[in-house]
Amino acid sequence: MCLGIPGRIVSIVDDETDTALVEIAGIRRAINIACVVEEDGRHADCVGDWVLVHVGFAMSRIDAEEAARTLELLRELGEMDEELRQPQASARRGGEHGR
Amino acid sequence: MKFVDEFRDPGKARALARRIDALAARNPICRRRPLQLMEVCGGHTHTIFKYGLEQLLPEAIELVHGPGCPVCVLPMGRVDDCVALAEHPNILFTTYGDAMRVPGSRKSLMQARAEGAEVRLVYSPMDALALARDQPDREVVFFALGFETTMPSTALTVLRAEAEGIDNFSVFCNHITIIPTIKAILDSPELTLDGFLGPGHVSMVIGDAPYAFIARHYRKPLVISGFEPLDILQAIWMVMVQLDEGRCEVENQYRRVVPEAGNAAALRAVQRVFRLREFFEWRGLGSIDHSGVRLNEAYARFDAERRYSLPNLRIADPKACQCGEVLKGAIKPRQCKVFGTACTPETPLGSLMVSSEGACAAVYRYGDPAGPPRRDRTEAVDGLASRDAADHPATSQEKPT
Ligand code: SF4
Repeated sequence: MCLGIPGRIVSIVDDETDTALVEIAGIRRAINIACVVEEDGRHADCVGDWVLVHVGFAMSRIDAEEAARTLELLRELGEMDEELRQPQASARRGGEHGR
Repeated sequence: MKFVDEFRDPGKARALARRIDALAARNPICRRRPLQLMEVCGGHTHTIFKYGLEQLLPEAIELVHGPGCPVCVLPMGRVDDCVALAEHPNILFTTYGDAMRVPGSRKSLMQARAEGAEVRLVYSPMDALALARDQPDREVVFFALGFETTMPSTALTVLRAEAEGIDNFSVFCNHITIIPTIKAILDSPELTLDGFLGPGHVSMVIGDAPYAFIARHYRKPLVISGFEPLDILQAIWMVMVQLDEGRCEVENQYRRVVPEAGNAAALRAVQRVFRLREFFEWRGLGSIDHSGVRLNEAYARFDAERRYSLPNLRIADPKACQCGEVLKGAIKPRQCKVFGTACTPETPLGSLMVSSEGACAAVYRYGDPAGPPRRDRTEAVDGLASRDAADHPATSQEKPT
């Protein structure tokens, strides 16, 4: 029950009950979006947003820019890594072969 | 799947693993003893085992699998209460699937159902409310479970029930709170933790401020982490960087989901519907002050504990169980005397063997890096991308009810 899953808000079903259709891995489900509607915003403004869904509720908006920033940082780390790489013998589980 | 696959890239995992190696190699603690990092959340435990992440880490870093699996810390007495409710003639008892096999002192919900009690699996508390709406002559009880992640969904469902005037619906509330629990762990004398991976989905609700005391008072770094393999490796790397630079701070690796302030709408609903209990009993950890919530007076009529009389007994864990020691990181799952013999996922003795987020079930299912079978590191890295997406109930075609 604690695992969240990303989905995209496709349409609003009912403002009154905060219900929207959310597409999750190709399947559309009725999901409660009360926690992601902006304080003075309209439900319809959420259509197209990516959200993280837990037990039938959209609990957080997924910020695509932040996701891209994290990935970019990791990519840079990888590149610097290639440049700086030195042979290094360290004890490690499962052993390291051919390094 | 978007926001999932990108965070399983083997190349990036390799780069992170090498950086973690380098930091471990010059960390003074690692020279004396294994550095212990606790992942508080069961979701992290699940990812760590599913992807064999421990095999990507140097031996000098040890992951301690914390108590953040709500199913795993549910005491037997509460399961007995569930069974009693389910066996009540007019009650339709609804629960998340995860809780079905948790052993009570006499039986689990699964066994109760086999013997004729009406127990239904639901994916969401709203599904339970829908059952109450559709069957006004039945009393529907929802077994509410989980940390702050699922508290808002229960709260919003109760508010909905109130708005619609559905009074054949109630909640058996077993929600628990993470902060007092982390504090209890930090205060436990047996412990030698050096840092924490903070629970990403609890944090998207409560924000990062509530963890400040861990850095300030206990001088331990904490990095809020997402749930994909790269998230966890990056968070471990961030903790190692903090230790390397002599910092103890709360940092957020999971920025794409966790806003600094948490979720205001969710917190408002929680504050309206729940209040703190004096204490709550945890399996393996005993009673922890203010670690659980119950329904507020104003919502008493939706509170199954007030509506029905429950056995409400404190039942000691079976003698052979060493769940508490595993939860605190004092022993590894395989070191429990009944692991894999008297206690298996099919016939669990302790609850850590029940949920896929429990350390024992994870070790049993995916193999423990500390025991056989071992995998080659390269193989472990390349395997990241090929593991399938989480088998999540939201994507399962069959209706859980
Ligand atoms: S093997 Fe079973 S009894 Fe032992 S710690 Fe794990 S869950 Fe508990």
